[in-house]
Amino acid sequence: MKFYFDLLSQPSRALYIFLKVTKTPVEFVKIDLKRLEHLTNEFKAVNRFQKVPCIVDNGFKLSESVAIFRYLMQSNPNISENWYPKDAKSRALVDEFLEYQHIGVRYPCAIYFQTKWLLPTFSGKPPNEKKVREYENLMIKSLDTFENIWLASDQKEFLATKEISFADILACCELEQPRMADFDTFKDRPRLKKWHEKVKKETNPYYDEAHKNVYDIIQSKGKLSSKFDLVFIYRYLRYIKFKKFFE
Amino acid sequence: MLKFYFDLMSQPSRALYIFLKVTKIPVEFVKIDLKKAEHLTDEFKAVNRFQKVPCIVDGDFQLSESVAIFRYLIETRNGVAENWYPKELKTRALVDEFLEYQHNAVRLPCAMYFQTKFLIPIFSGKPVNEERVRSFKKQMENSLDALENIWLQSTEKEFLATKEISFADVLAACELEQPKMAGYNTFEGRPKLTKWYERVKEVTNPYYDEAHVIVNKVIQKNKSKL
Repeated sequence: MKFYFDLLSQPSRALYIFLKVTKTPVEFVKIDLKRLEHLTNEFKAVNRFQKVPCIVDNGFKLSESVAIFRYLMQSNPNISENWYPKDAKSRALVDEFLEYQHIGVRYPCAIYFQTKWLLPTFSGKPPNEKKVREYENLMIKSLDTFENIWLASDQKEFLATKEISFADILACCELEQPRMADFDTFKDRPRLKKWHEKVKKETNPYYDEAHKNVYDIIQSKGKLSSKFDLVFIYRYLRYIKFKKFFE
Repeated sequence: MLKFYFDLMSQPSRALYIFLKVTKIPVEFVKIDLKKAEHLTDEFKAVNRFQKVPCIVDGDFQLSESVAIFRYLIETRNGVAENWYPKELKTRALVDEFLEYQHNAVRLPCAMYFQTKFLIPIFSGKPVNEERVRSFKKQMENSLDALENIWLQSTEKEFLATKEISFADVLAACELEQPKMAGYNTFEGRPKLTKWYERVKEVTNPYYDEAHVIVNKVIQKNKSKL
């Protein structure tokens, strides 16, 4: 099985960590989003949606991280049950988060990150301040729901159940993204912070491995090294050409 | 008996409503009136901590999120025809692929277009924010193009994921009705989408039309205004 990914992509990181922790045998194939490798015809033949992550399992192509996760659980019966419990109700609670997170977590965090950091870095233009504020408010609402509803219960240590599941990995990866735009998603949210530490503890060293580049960008407060800058000037010229893919 | 809380103005409510009626899974249908802000009462908060529809209560087990509810029903109820969520590993994965894709790629742009063009102006009394409508319209059109040109591209399958109708098709069709209430015909100029839509209705009627009585009224009302 081939697993196509880029560690700049949150769901790519989530599956990467899951595959490494569970030692599921796959071939890791890096697709460089910065080099627009996902927009080549060659990659289009791998994933018609031209996105990462995706898999190809002996000719069977599949996109969407959560769908890929379920497929992996079904086709690898040796994987430890906590990642996706077999009990109908526990499984439903994990599903509840996996479905909720698309619009409830991913969307606000990703759009904030794109508006504040990704697009300006790529294009060289300053961020749209009005939009940044709007998306920041949306993201804050999402984080409050996380802190006050998802993590409200003393009965469970993790998002859905007592043990860590894929929901927890996916959520953490999404919450790292805004940090690259200098917004600390865990600040002043004690439950969120505690849970984040627990998730890292359960999945390290793979969590840190997956987030190496992310940590570098967070450290430099969103600023990139001069080597990167030259690369991005080049990208800007290509960005104008491929602008429609970023709208 | 399992309690199903819904409002037919909500797309995922309609999708589950249709699925439950077609498969005849025994449930108690409990209407929650969004217009009357019934979802914001303390009473309902005790049913669903997220204060949204649809949701279910099975004994003392509470669950939200239409796709999670759908999977839970398949897992725990007997006698449901297999096509709705195929048992075969790869076929099931293809249905899952759409169920995950649709949140951000279909629901979000269609719902945001509907809200900014129709719902928010009505409730707030403020004029339509044309810039936002334009932006969401563009995203929605990209989404519809992807359905027409990618999801429905293959001649091998009649429906979104496989040869037979699955829950993915019901959910998608319900999402595509929403912009119609704001005067945008999601199927116009998209022949594959139109044909697929007719097939979905054919398989699920009379329940599809039953679920869309209110929606169709609103569509008609807006047509007469133009």
